[in-house]
Amino acid sequence: MDNINYLLAFIAVATLATFATRVIPFVFFGGHSEHPLIRHLGRQLPAAVMALLVVIFLLRSGEWSAPVFGADALLPSLLVVGLHFWRRNALLSIIAGTACYMAIQQM
Amino acid sequence: MINRVSFQQTLPILFGYIPLGMAFGVLFVTQLDYPWWGAPLMGITIYAGAGQILAVSLLAAHTGLLEVFIAMFVLNARHLFYGLSLLGRFKGAGLRKLYLIFGLTDETYSLLTSRPRSEDADTERRIDLRITLFNQVYWVIGCAMGALLGRAVAFDSTGIEFALVALFIVLTIEQYKALNASFPIWVGALAAGLCMAALPAEHQLIGAVIVTTVTLLVTYRLNKSAQTSQEATNG
Repeated sequence: MDNINYLLAFIAVATLATFATRVIPFVFFGGHSEHPLIRHLGRQLPAAVMALLVVIFLLRSGEWSAPVFGADALLPSLLVVGLHFWRRNALLSIIAGTACYMAIQQM
Repeated sequence: MINRVSFQQTLPILFGYIPLGMAFGVLFVTQLDYPWWGAPLMGITIYAGAGQILAVSLLAAHTGLLEVFIAMFVLNARHLFYGLSLLGRFKGAGLRKLYLIFGLTDETYSLLTSRPRSEDADTERRIDLRITLFNQVYWVIGCAMGALLGRAVAFDSTGIEFALVALFIVLTIEQYKALNASFPIWVGALAAGLCMAALPAEHQLIGAVIVTTVTLLVTYRLNKSAQTSQEATNG
């Protein structure tokens, strides 16, 4: 077995580094939450980040070469979009889309 | 009531975090020669999906601790920007604020910024806290299950991680409806497409977050100076 002290020191350092990325904005900008620029970011950044996550994870979920051309990820995604505009039931949209993707991947 | 609402909202995260956590746990026990509880311990203290998977390869290579710090910081740097949009929301949460900040993964951030809110700040904060906690519990359970089952994992859950993609799609639609503006969505989507094409896999997420944030800042400045010059002409 490898050295357990190294594992524990490693975990402590990795924990510190990860927490630092999450806490720094609150430490440095905590007093400026009413600043118009921060409010502007607060309104628009979540929507932009959500769209960004969709594009990145969607591109990584699909097979983009011939003959599929990403249909394995695009079809379930369109199902999610369609269902969500129709019923606006988040759980239904997500379960249907995931089941569809799993069925395609396991074919 | 609060528990039920929070559980319902975090269900998609449950479907995403259990299999992803298990993938990490399996990787941990099959690639490394450490006791199994190292995997759930990392889920409790580090609590970062991509970060923990990177950690397995860093552990395997016996990486120096300074390099570990830098690698983990850079990989998780996108979280620097998430906090910016939650400064007001977490105000007044006291000590609980520390846990809310600690638990700010991509998925928790997505849920907290997208969910509808009532006027009752105290109840809303308790729901925020439950959502954060439930998500971490799913993640730690996944890490532990993967580490304990190891190579014996047999059921075919291939593709179940798509639940997270589906969740992000649903949340984008909800954000669009709440904002009634598509501009930030186009900014995020185009930045992501650009960075997927131009950058290696490990820099795509942070690259896209930086491009998006800078674009939103620049358009804010442009709008503002346009307003000022208009006021100047009118006045």
